[in-house]
Amino acid sequence: MSEFRGVDFFLLDELLTDEELAMREAVRTFVDREFIDNRAIEEHHRAGTFPRDLPQKLGELGVLGPTLPDEYGCLGASSVAYGLMMQELERGDSGLRSFASVQGSLCMYPIYTFGSEEQKRHYLPKMARGELVACFGLTEPDHGSDPGGMETKAVRDGDGWVLNGSKMWITNGGIADIAIVWAKTEEDIRGFIVPTDAPGFSAPSIEGKFSLRASVTSELILQDVRVGPEALLPHSGGLKSPLMCLTQARYGIVWGVIGSMMAVFDEALRYTGSRTQFDRPLSSFQLVQRKLVMMHSELTKAQLIALRLGRLKDEGKMKHYHVSFGKRNNCKAAREVAKLGRELLGANGVCDEYQVMRHLMNIESVYTYEGTNEIHTLALGAHLTGHAAFRG
Amino acid sequence: MKIFVCVKPVPDTAAKIKVGGGASIDPAGVKFVLGPYDSRAASKAIALRDAAGDGSEVVAVAAGNPNKGESEARKRIKDVLALGADRGILIPDESYENRDPLAVAKALAAAIKNEGEFDLVFTGRQAVDDQAFSVGPMLATLLGVPCVTDVVGLEVDGKTATVKRAAEGRVEVLSVNLPCVITAQRDLAEEQYPKLKEILKANKKKIDTFSFEWPAPAYRVTELSPPPEPAAGKIVGEGPDAVPELVRLLREEAKALSF
Ligand SMILES: Cc1cc2nc3c(=O)[nH]c(=O)nc-3n(C[C@H](O)[C@H](O)[C@H](O)COP(=O)(O)OP(=O)(O)OC[C@H]3O[C@@H](n4cnc5c(N)ncnc54)[C@H](O)[C@@H]3O)c2cc1C
Repeated sequence: MSEFRGVDFFLLDELLTDEELAMREAVRTFVDREFIDNRAIEEHHRAGTFPRDLPQKLGELGVLGPTLPDEYGCLGASSVAYGLMMQELERGDSGLRSFASVQGSLCMYPIYTFGSEEQKRHYLPKMARGELVACFGLTEPDHGSDPGGMETKAVRDGDGWVLNGSKMWITNGGIADIAIVWAKTEEDIRGFIVPTDAPGFSAPSIEGKFSLRASVTSELILQDVRVGPEALLPHSGGLKSPLMCLTQARYGIVWGVIGSMMAVFDEALRYTGSRTQFDRPLSSFQLVQRKLVMMHSELTKAQLIALRLGRLKDEGKMKHYHVSFGKRNNCKAAREVAKLGRELLGANGVCDEYQVMRHLMNIESVYTYEGTNEIHTLALGAHLTGHAAFRG
Repeated sequence: MKIFVCVKPVPDTAAKIKVGGGASIDPAGVKFVLGPYDSRAASKAIALRDAAGDGSEVVAVAAGNPNKGESEARKRIKDVLALGADRGILIPDESYENRDPLAVAKALAAAIKNEGEFDLVFTGRQAVDDQAFSVGPMLATLLGVPCVTDVVGLEVDGKTATVKRAAEGRVEVLSVNLPCVITAQRDLAEEQYPKLKEILKANKKKIDTFSFEWPAPAYRVTELSPPPEPAAGKIVGEGPDAVPELVRLLREEAKALSF
């Protein structure tokens, strides 16, 4: 049985349904048994390998696209339940959560939202079971924070399309069976479901990452990739479509990083309680307590934001700027918490026998992807003032 | 096949038990869970049902306080439903904390008899909180069927079961007639965690209430005190010379070594 203790300072558990609590517990136990107790996540992180059975295991558990309806093999779970699942996965490792976010929020969501009935019936149940893995290609080598400038093109060819271009930093790229590729057509930005075995498609892995080491990140190269008419997501149109997907994934990150903070805080609290220096436990020193209190406060505030955001989402009242607020605040908090936790573990804090350094390294990606802190600041600034300042 | 699994909410084994002066523990801050033996029993029961096929069912039974404890007992039934059981029976009990094992066994026996025929009844070998080890054997006696305790393996073939149980220093293999009561050891089944889909389904499964006229307690806890401080560690010697004695103590007293 894991020793891990979650934080619930403001008795937020009282605001969760029994069902939400039971689902959180199930994912927590899954992560303990499959990745923490046997140190599997530490080994994957050290070796820089992706747990190949993860898609199928997450599919069996039920965390892939769980908020979509059960007629497509999903659960119809609440957004808060989904958030709690992401929290628990990221308590294990941001790489586990990233896989689930990409599969569910970035790939199943657009098929559900912009796809034809036939596409939904064909792809969603297999994706929910983890039998079919997908990736989401929006970012390009020269277009990150400003994806609207994308250069990837889709040109009509008979009743199908020919795609050319490249995508960069694509989670799951090298292991995916299909890629949701965003490309410019003559009229607009559209989404395409591209089989990764199509001639002209390749996904070389990006090596040398010091972050999200247990997650696959790839480049996507599309050279005259021909797809049939069934590849187009018929209801996609404009930059708004991929941004809607990002809103879903960012929502999951708002919760996910709480898991990272909980893992780090739990470890730091235990460590400083049992390590003695100057004949006293570290946690008895005021300067150490200050750090613990700062970590705990950031974590607790992040929880309050996430739960309110989740309820708004379930009530259909969540706006993209609410998500920007949560992503911006909670990722910054998680980065701060990881840094303080690392300090508190002294030299042990740089070694992978403890979790904190892994979380500290992971959070750098999570802080950057799905809109950097600056981009969400600009989004909130635009909401408050009515002046979009993205272009200076 | 009709299988009953009797479960009880127990404090998480990681919880720090506080003795609050009265005759029961201080429940503040204690998280209740399905006990580890109960959960293995449930997993085994569900696997047997799946192997037996059509018309088979697993029914979870728990007694609990309708004011305080009912939600805990109901939650533990739901835990078993989320593992895949078919339905539940809740036996309300106003003063659950003071119940002696015989009363609990009588209530469970009445609820099970009320259901008619059965093939198997599972309980945990013990509840990890009060550790009385009593309910399973008492229940078998009240139902008038055999009881096999500390079971680590079970296969059913028609109206008999081949059962493995952990005895001191050996594993016994028994053949037992059904119906019978089985008390589960940890090794009876692999630990399962519920799939999220099953958690959602569990909410729609039926939990019936079975009313029971509780007898006056035959015994009751009058006082609780904290356990004695654990004895200080023992130094058996120093250097390589001490190893044989250390190995002997680990093997014979601590039973931590089996070679
Ligand atoms: C591990 C990992 C996985 C990823 N997975 C995916 C994926 O699956 N799919 C996908 O499409 N993308 C993915 N990404 C890409 C990610 O979304 C981008 O890295 C991110 O959008 C930032 O883009 P960039 O790296 O090009 O940085 P840039 O946009 O070049 O930004 C560099 C810096 O400049 C700042 N900046 C940029 N514009 C402004 C401005 N207007 N005002 C002030 N500051 C500004 C940024 O905040 C940042 O600090 C992933 C990235 C990583 C690291």
